[in-house]
Amino acid sequence: MNVPTPAREALEQFEQARGWEQRARLLMQWGDRLEPLSDADKCERNRVHGCESLVWLVAEQHDGQWQFKASSDARLLRGLLALLLVRVQGLASSELAELDLRAWFHQLGLERQLSPSRSNGLHAVLQRMAELVSVS
Amino acid sequence: MFQPSPWRADFPAIDALQRQHQTYLDSAATSQKPQALLDALSYYYGHGAANVHRAQHLPGALATQAFETSRDKVAAWLNAADSQQIIFTHGATSALNLLAYGLEHRFEAGDEIAVSALEHHANLLPWQQLARRRNLRLVILPLDVQGRIDLDQALQLIGPRTRVLAVSQLSNVLGTWQPLPALLAHARAQGALTVVDGAQGVVHGRHDVQQLACDYYVFSSHKLYGPEGVGVLYGRSQALALLRHWQFGGEMVQLAEYQSASFRPAPLGFEAGTPPIAGVIGLGATLDYLASLDAHAVERHESSLHQHLLRGLADRDGIRVLGAPQAALASFVIEGVHNADIAHLLTEQGIAVRAGHHCAMPLLKGLGLEGAIRVSLGLYNDSDDLQRFFEALDQGLELLR
Repeated sequence: MNVPTPAREALEQFEQARGWEQRARLLMQWGDRLEPLSDADKCERNRVHGCESLVWLVAEQHDGQWQFKASSDARLLRGLLALLLVRVQGLASSELAELDLRAWFHQLGLERQLSPSRSNGLHAVLQRMAELVSVS
Repeated sequence: MFQPSPWRADFPAIDALQRQHQTYLDSAATSQKPQALLDALSYYYGHGAANVHRAQHLPGALATQAFETSRDKVAAWLNAADSQQIIFTHGATSALNLLAYGLEHRFEAGDEIAVSALEHHANLLPWQQLARRRNLRLVILPLDVQGRIDLDQALQLIGPRTRVLAVSQLSNVLGTWQPLPALLAHARAQGALTVVDGAQGVVHGRHDVQQLACDYYVFSSHKLYGPEGVGVLYGRSQALALLRHWQFGGEMVQLAEYQSASFRPAPLGFEAGTPPIAGVIGLGATLDYLASLDAHAVERHESSLHQHLLRGLADRDGIRVLGAPQAALASFVIEGVHNADIAHLLTEQGIAVRAGHHCAMPLLKGLGLEGAIRVSLGLYNDSDDLQRFFEALDQGLELLR
């Protein structure tokens, strides 16, 4: 499966990152690149529950391709969301279904962020994404 | 100056965690366990498990004896007048649920239950749901700025319609001791039953239930350095007699027929099913261990570490401590920094603290907060643990700011 160019860029950066500080800096930089969500999109319907932070995820399909938007009030989580979106943007449902997103975060060295413990947002975001995609 | 914990080596997990570069500062959520507990569990399972209060055989007799000896130890720990006043449950939450269901028959529509604004969900939701089932009024006692129940207001709010007052002894978010003597005396004078949630309080200092003069006192074993899956409900004998049986099955029954049954009184009548036998025996071993410590030395150690924690937080810009913590823990937020972000960076650095709403959502909401970071101490913590926390906090903040 094709890995989108920005995702390849992210992978390179995180593979080279040494130590938690560099990873955190990278996460913040990626978070800053996340396109801001409109206030209208920050509605209850788009809320991802099960996170301690506020997280919104919007999924739309155009010509069979998924377009996602996401944001959070927490900075590092915004970074994780950005890294998620670069991997899934523009994929078809069949491609998304095949994609192992946990493996993606493993590759980035961020597997610990996938913990299902309640305080972490990413686990809930992945579940929500799978739900949104499966009902369409 | 380095302040060691003389008891650190008694808790093997602290060493193991340190080898994994983890600093454990989340004891208010659950505690690490003393070697004495590990030994007791291993001995029990290694020498023959058996069910209690059922079998005539030797293993059954030994297990029952060990189980009942733990009941004596818990009674002694709380200075209860009689071991039969101690009911083993599956946790503090299940003890509080037992009370809310066991007392349900005593309420009439329009009666009141008073809880405080700082209750853990475990001491809020059972009463809230009871109030909804029975059309009762749930009265919320407000707090003062320090994070203690506001006595003036509470004494007004607890009145002749109050059937139950259920309050925490020590707040799991604010670290404040609640003014129990005045509250309980007033509630008693109004004819209300009094429930004390000792989940946090029992871990810090010894508490005498006869002196407290509450009707019920609840705590969970796992916060008191014991195993999970065990809770304790103490009740005054007259108060226990008021409880209707709640869960059914096992040896809580006296006589069973197809269409009817009669049940035992407390404590066994409220211990339906097979109890957590190993856990109860383990709690007994933990209490033996704790009783062997110099209580004053423990108190001095904990209080000195707590001061260290508060000083360190006060020394840093932009940190707002919630309430005025008196023991065990401190919760805080940082101006301009999201809790989740600082929690993330503390985790990256191997600092185990808790972030979030701490099972007290209405309290946090009342403070206008989504969440907070909580640092909580156990008797095994030392000043190096706090030093590592503060260094990690500074590093994290530097990165975020």
